[in-house]
Amino acid sequence: MILVFLILLLFAGGVVAWLVESINPKLPRWIALLSVSTALIMLVQLGPQFSVTTLEAGSTQTWNLLLIAPWIPRFGIQFIFAADSLSYLMLLLTAVLGLVAVGSAWSEIKQRVGFFYFNLLWVLAGVVGIFTAMDMFLFFFFWEVMLIPMFFIIAIWGHENRTYAAIKFFIFTQVSGLLMLLAIIVMAILQARHTGTLTFNYFDWLQNSSDGILSPAVNGYLMLGFFIAFAVKLPSFPFHTWLPDAHTQAPTAGSVILAGVLLKTGAYGLLRFVLPLFPQASVEFAPIAMTLGVISIIYGASMAFGQQDIKRLIAYSSISHMGFITLAIFAATTVALQGAVMTMLAHGLSSAALFAMAGAIQHRLHSRNFADMGGLWQSAPRFGACMMFFCLAALGLPGLANFVGEFLVLIGSFSTNPVLVSIAALGMIAAPIYALMVVQKIFHGAPKPGLKLDELNLRESSMLGLLIVLTIYLGFFPQSVLDLLEPLLLTTAHSTGIVL
Amino acid sequence: MNTDELFVLLPLIALTTGTILAMLIAAFARRHASVSRMTAVTLLITLGCIALVAGEVPRGVTPLIIVDGFGLLFSSVLVSASFAICLMAYPYWQVRNIAREEFYILLLIGTLGAVVLVMSRHMVSLLLGLEILGVSLFAMAAYSTRLRQQDTLEHNREQADQALEAGLKYLVLSALASALLLFGMALIYLETGSMEFAAAPVSADGSTTLVFYAGSALLLVGIAFKLSLVPFHLWTPDVYQGAPAPVTTFVATLSKGAIFAVALRYFVTSESLANPAIFSGIAFVAALSMLAGNWLALFQQDLKRLLAYSSIAHLGYLMIAFLALQTQSTQFAVEASSVYIITYIVTSLVAFGIITLLSSKNETGAKEVTDLKHYHGLFWRHPLLATGLTVSLLSLAGIPLTLGFIGKFYLLSAGAESQQWWLVGTLIVGSAIGLFYYLRVITTLFKTGASKEPQWEPGRLYASTTAILTVLTVNVLVFGIFPQPLLATVQWLSASLTAL
Repeated sequence: MILVFLILLLFAGGVVAWLVESINPKLPRWIALLSVSTALIMLVQLGPQFSVTTLEAGSTQTWNLLLIAPWIPRFGIQFIFAADSLSYLMLLLTAVLGLVAVGSAWSEIKQRVGFFYFNLLWVLAGVVGIFTAMDMFLFFFFWEVMLIPMFFIIAIWGHENRTYAAIKFFIFTQVSGLLMLLAIIVMAILQARHTGTLTFNYFDWLQNSSDGILSPAVNGYLMLGFFIAFAVKLPSFPFHTWLPDAHTQAPTAGSVILAGVLLKTGAYGLLRFVLPLFPQASVEFAPIAMTLGVISIIYGASMAFGQQDIKRLIAYSSISHMGFITLAIFAATTVALQGAVMTMLAHGLSSAALFAMAGAIQHRLHSRNFADMGGLWQSAPRFGACMMFFCLAALGLPGLANFVGEFLVLIGSFSTNPVLVSIAALGMIAAPIYALMVVQKIFHGAPKPGLKLDELNLRESSMLGLLIVLTIYLGFFPQSVLDLLEPLLLTTAHSTGIVL
Repeated sequence: MNTDELFVLLPLIALTTGTILAMLIAAFARRHASVSRMTAVTLLITLGCIALVAGEVPRGVTPLIIVDGFGLLFSSVLVSASFAICLMAYPYWQVRNIAREEFYILLLIGTLGAVVLVMSRHMVSLLLGLEILGVSLFAMAAYSTRLRQQDTLEHNREQADQALEAGLKYLVLSALASALLLFGMALIYLETGSMEFAAAPVSADGSTTLVFYAGSALLLVGIAFKLSLVPFHLWTPDVYQGAPAPVTTFVATLSKGAIFAVALRYFVTSESLANPAIFSGIAFVAALSMLAGNWLALFQQDLKRLLAYSSIAHLGYLMIAFLALQTQSTQFAVEASSVYIITYIVTSLVAFGIITLLSSKNETGAKEVTDLKHYHGLFWRHPLLATGLTVSLLSLAGIPLTLGFIGKFYLLSAGAESQQWWLVGTLIVGSAIGLFYYLRVITTLFKTGASKEPQWEPGRLYASTTAILTVLTVNVLVFGIFPQPLLATVQWLSASLTAL
């Protein structure tokens, strides 16, 4: 029930934020802050339920907060909400980045404020739905619902080329989503032919999958339907072209949510649905998927290096980091999967911070182009230091969260495919090049006459401070997260028959 | 004909009586409000009669008419749609300086034709219904022609000419379609010796001959004309654009709904689809409609024209469910087609209703507000109107939270159930193209910044018009989220078609 309450809280918060705009245009952001922080507090309080000790005491039961209610009995569709440790971590990430997004929008959004926060909160509500829906139809429902407010955020408050970017984003995701919907429907129908009952219940599907009632050939096609939808969202080469446009054109808060949370829904989908539902097909498909992952790593990194636009650079670097996740998920060893989840969290934090700072720079200098910057460290040392920190995080400096993630990915995947992993490791060399270039071009060099960057204000500092603390915590104490995930990822890895 | 049979005819009797009364009022107590109210009351009473006879069905009345669940389902949908059109038309005609009263009489006659169609089980009643519908329709389409004599404004004359063109085009092409239909009927009669739908061909060796299928093919071509499937669609954009907005609504909803319903009944009852040539012919026409309709819609600047092409595509989608009739799951195919056409009717009512409302302002004279540039930033001036239009466009695009998604879900299910992979693939490609122009309209609605064009405002808002539009929009959303009541009703009522 508490999960539904969480979703409703965000939905309702959005509506209220829209309505109170007419009273005072400053009110919506407070409403948004209030609802997101309430959500975060609720989630933190739920923490003990997901801790390792309770899991061990309760044997294999890894699902919490289960809620089942009928929805469309005609098709056996139900409201099923549940969360396990993976969902829980993703929810935490969503709530934290939700706060960051509200913070970055705080003074940037001046026009049509109410409608903005309405859309922002609805995206968050949709994402919470994605991470907790355990009925395939319900999952798809949230998957698509989240698109519309995101589309509006880009199309209304975006930058110069916003309409193009918004439409491209929407079409890519929606069309790939249709393929997934088709796969879901076909799978439900085929299962119903065997079992006699039409159901979209994820747990029933897991059971059917382990009973092996569908033929391998069919499973292969169905898996592909899911894979394409998630690969577009992730995004993996060659489905990535929407991402640089959408990230660059979106307002800061939009970029934060896109990079920090929305990309993770793709990775979550692969982990939650593709591997467990199609273990055999995934193993067969793994060489192709892993190759795509490696291409994404190298391609994203080299494209990032060539960018003059700071947001575009971060966007391409996201493609590169997401490549590690694809690689790890299809390597499907426990260690690799732990690395994948760790990278999801770490990249969520660091890319959100980078986009928040890029947005802050654009807000101050009205440019995203490196050519208009340089030598800004003198006027804004704290800003520069924060940028330096997150660039180091992104390039995988030991002691920070991203390093743990990518390191585990490489170690865990090596046994599955040494050649590809060796190539992927090159990505870790490429990352410092483009990441340090960001700092160098913006903050180093001779200061341009008359060019000054305002220092971070209190709101921005505290926002980034929170992210810094979390990144360091995850970097030094990754075991706390890994323990939480261990039982779940072990089952996932077991299903594909690869355990390390 | 006994009393029981007469009783189930009550809806038709009520409709006819109301038409005559409205005609008398128009003749002796001529006032726009009186005739319009009489029409609305007639339609409401007809709805009441439909509810009244629901307990007595199914019952055949003469060989011509059958009153069954399926017929009543569609009658109630069509009569409700007609009621909505009546309320929307009032402000539209109120600001136009021509004799308005006869429009309502034509509307009632057209509705009568539609109701006869959905209840017919015989070629004669089919033709009768079709002609009642068609004749009133072309008179309605050309209704604005009278503006020419009374108005000297340039754009009014243009409007009048377009209406005349629309009327004539519909007259000629609909006559052609009827001729083909008649010829097809004659060929079928030649083979079967009966005009009833259920008549099976009787030949010496028991096999079905070519003549029967040739007849069926001609019948289909006639129906394809009326449903505006490619390549028989050429009249559609011009009629949609030229006809007065309420009439366009009528063409898009009542006319298409009624003709599709009777086609459904005919092809479920007869065996015409059994021929592979006819089957693949329809599949080809369906694919062509999906692609061409969506493709041509991309280039439209006029909202009515755009929706015309989109309706071609939607009828193409619908053919997937129609073709599924030929498989084992006829029952499901009927249900899927019914749900889809009903969702399409409700959604179109909202879209055209808002166009009608925007075109109902004194200052605009007879000019309709259909050019896309007039919708620039509508959301910021009239949030509710723009929200309604956005919801209907999203529904047409088949995005979750709306009724259109439920329709699309049904279509994909029907397509998957009957394994029409090529058509399902075409649907996905078509939707991808479709998304582009729906989103283009939506972004126009949400555009910020001043437009060079004059700002168009809706006319005086009548409580009845506002109420009906609100109810329809809310229906699109509520049944989009909780479709079970709708699905259960359709499932229950449409079962009568296959129970025979």
